[in-house]
Amino acid sequence: MHEMSIAMAVVGQVEEAAGAAGAHAVTSVRLRVGELAGVVPDALAFCFELACAGTVLDGAELVTESVAARARCATCPDTWAVGMPPELCCPGCGRATDVELLSGRELEILSVRWEDGPAGARTREPMPEEA
Amino acid sequence: MCRVVDLRQAVLAKNDDAARALRAGLTARGTTVVNLLSSPGSGKTALLERELLLARGRSVPVAALTADLATENDALRLARSGVPVKQVLTDGLCHLEAAMLGRHLDGWLPEDTRILFVENVGNLVCPAGYDLGESLRVVLASVTEGEDKPLKYPTAFGLAQLVVVTKTDIAQAVEFDEAAFRANVERVNPGVEIVMTSARGGEGLGILLDRALAAGNGAVTHTPVMAGGRQHAQSHDHDHGHGHDHGHGHDHGHGHDHGHGHGHGHGHGYGHDHGHGHDHGHGHGHGHGHGYGYGHDHGSDHHHHHPGPAHPHRPDRAPGSDHADHAPGPDHAHEPPHVRPAAQPR
Repeated sequence: MHEMSIAMAVVGQVEEAAGAAGAHAVTSVRLRVGELAGVVPDALAFCFELACAGTVLDGAELVTESVAARARCATCPDTWAVGMPPELCCPGCGRATDVELLSGRELEILSVRWEDGPAGARTREPMPEEA
Repeated sequence: MCRVVDLRQAVLAKNDDAARALRAGLTARGTTVVNLLSSPGSGKTALLERELLLARGRSVPVAALTADLATENDALRLARSGVPVKQVLTDGLCHLEAAMLGRHLDGWLPEDTRILFVENVGNLVCPAGYDLGESLRVVLASVTEGEDKPLKYPTAFGLAQLVVVTKTDIAQAVEFDEAAFRANVERVNPGVEIVMTSARGGEGLGILLDRALAAGNGAVTHTPVMAGGRQHAQSHDHDHGHGHDHGHGHDHGHGHDHGHGHGHGHGHGYGHDHGHGHDHGHGHGHGHGHGYGYGHDHGSDHHHHHPGPAHPHRPDRAPGSDHADHAPGPDHAHEPPHVRPAAQPR
């Protein structure tokens, strides 16, 4: 379950960026997750909610864009969807060398939506424990 | 005002930075890290015991760090080889991370170590995503695990630079289909070397050590296809390259301390603390370490590094010598209690 570690890394990086920009409420985070990144989106969403609690991301929505894994062979013209489990030998010529994975290992924060107006301009009611 | 801001940061950028700095620092002092991944029970420890003994017999200075969720059994077994061994208890965390490893090495790893074997937590999922600063990543699978293991855990097998099959002495009894296994590995990691070993029967012993030494001597290691495939649009401040860049001298590690105040002075030029990982500052006290034979421990994430008493380097200590030496010393008094082994495992 390294999704918790990943969620915490995401929250840490966003917190840092939000802090630097003076943002006071992050409302959504958009991630790009490759098919071969080894991350389970549902597990990540669950962990993300927990990791956001008590931070500037509290209640933020996680939007995950998945990226298909594709590869190409140095000698064949076409690229192919490697699928899962991945097929990383060239389906055209069978070559196992000079194969390049073009996409599918992404795990990155694309963008963040936050509020950076005057403090107190939060869009939701504060929860009792925040009052 | 509501704004959408492009961040474009790799989520594991901090781990990758820490790994790169660790690799650069260790390589500079002549230490090669071998990261060993496998499922629980695949025979990592048994094989490693034999390789450590071999290394010691050949007077190659090696050390081993073994990570488990709990118990110090593996370190006790490995310490019988007489080489420096350290147990890291992750307290439930399913993998090691580079900054965590760096902290455990700091002050423990003998300067002259040529090969450091890191026995990762027994898990084929989580550790796969974390570069530990290794120069050789090895995945192990025993003949009992099924020929389709590489397909079930494609990231672990797909990112390996060497695949080690263990327990070949019982291959026949369990009808291990070597050709099918090889074909499955080839599918997810074309071109990777696959070796057959048996810690009990002796097959293939020494190969792991040889490959590690070769990697340390600058031999070209396998670059898995899967190590590519990250097309991120790079951000301004994280343009550090991707994947398994094993090139040396990419020391991006400085100035990344985000102020969580660990107080570790990393005077050895490795193990830069990026300071913002989940492994500290969030109330998870994982990452305790115990040195066996002579390592000193400063593994807890919640206390300051302290040099501790000088533990003499004793490579000649008798394997399996008494427990009092193995037990955590007074340094650990302020740490949470750990499981103490009731008996030395056979």
